[in-house]
Amino acid sequence: MRAAALFLAAFCACTQAGEIPLAERRSGYEFMGRETRAMQDDDTTNPALFALLDGETLWNRADGAAGRACAACHGDAAQSMKGVAARYPAIVGAKPLNLEQRINACRVEKQRAAAFAYESKELLALTAYVARQSRGLPIAIEANDTTRPFIDAGRALYERRQGQLNLACSQCHDDNWGRSLAGTPIPQAHPTGYPIYRLEWQAMGSLERRLRNCMIGARAEPYAYGSPEMVELELYLMWRARGMKLETPAVRP
Amino acid sequence: MARVAVTVPASAKRGEVIEIKTLAAHVMETGFRRTQTGELLPRDIITDFVCTYNGVEVFRAELHQAVAANPLIAFTTVATESGTLEFKWTGDNGYVATHKAELKIV
Repeated sequence: MRAAALFLAAFCACTQAGEIPLAERRSGYEFMGRETRAMQDDDTTNPALFALLDGETLWNRADGAAGRACAACHGDAAQSMKGVAARYPAIVGAKPLNLEQRINACRVEKQRAAAFAYESKELLALTAYVARQSRGLPIAIEANDTTRPFIDAGRALYERRQGQLNLACSQCHDDNWGRSLAGTPIPQAHPTGYPIYRLEWQAMGSLERRLRNCMIGARAEPYAYGSPEMVELELYLMWRARGMKLETPAVRP
Repeated sequence: MARVAVTVPASAKRGEVIEIKTLAAHVMETGFRRTQTGELLPRDIITDFVCTYNGVEVFRAELHQAVAANPLIAFTTVATESGTLEFKWTGDNGYVATHKAELKIV
């Protein structure tokens, strides 16, 4: 009882810490154990390797009514896709699209093929392959007149209390990062390595899947895959992690 | 689709201890999980892994339901002579994956 009261007092004392200063930002990588880090660092033991190989196959495979492969227009992904993932979600037309949606738009419009389903093996593989070409590059989301309304909407969602637990994202990831939640370190929620291979999932997954996880954890009804709210939140998180290096494909516990 | 990734040093000194790392793409479905409608997902796992070095078995492992998906198996052996390392994974539903790697003694 006394311990619980102390915990509650400590918890309340450090709420409202606000946004993390740029210099104090740390990737989720730094919160992981030694073994998990080693798994990510070595390309031959990173289980996302198989997704990258699948992605490369899909990149070079002619598909759809147009009978064209990604490579037919974009050529060598190592050249043409370098830095692309660091700029997504990006404003296309009048709204932000994440990388998965951009790939599917290309499939539908240019290849005249059916869009891949969210979280399908194919979409995760192709996204991971495209994003892999930006590994080591700084996240380059700019707040300007076009992006600012969407970043602000994402920030509002990030700071809004939701679900039966009445928790905002910021209460854990801004105010209490580095502390423990049920024995697990609370990271700062920087999306530096998506799509990730998550050990808990035993599979690859997108940032949206991870965000839905947290929403379900707070007993909130998660937004649908590809919904405007999700993409705005993704855009805000990527802007919040601007300048940090992409690690795709990251391994997370 | 049986896919594997194996890392073996291309060359080693005689008597040197070498590390071999293997990764096999596999779901390792435990047979204990159910779908949302309550049906049991049948077990589908890798059950055995064997590594032979010029025909001599140098490492063997039995795998069970508690092993994670895409099992990573890393082990060491002593480089005795130039030759071939052969790897074989077998499992449920007729799963077989094989791989060969050459090792040169310098």
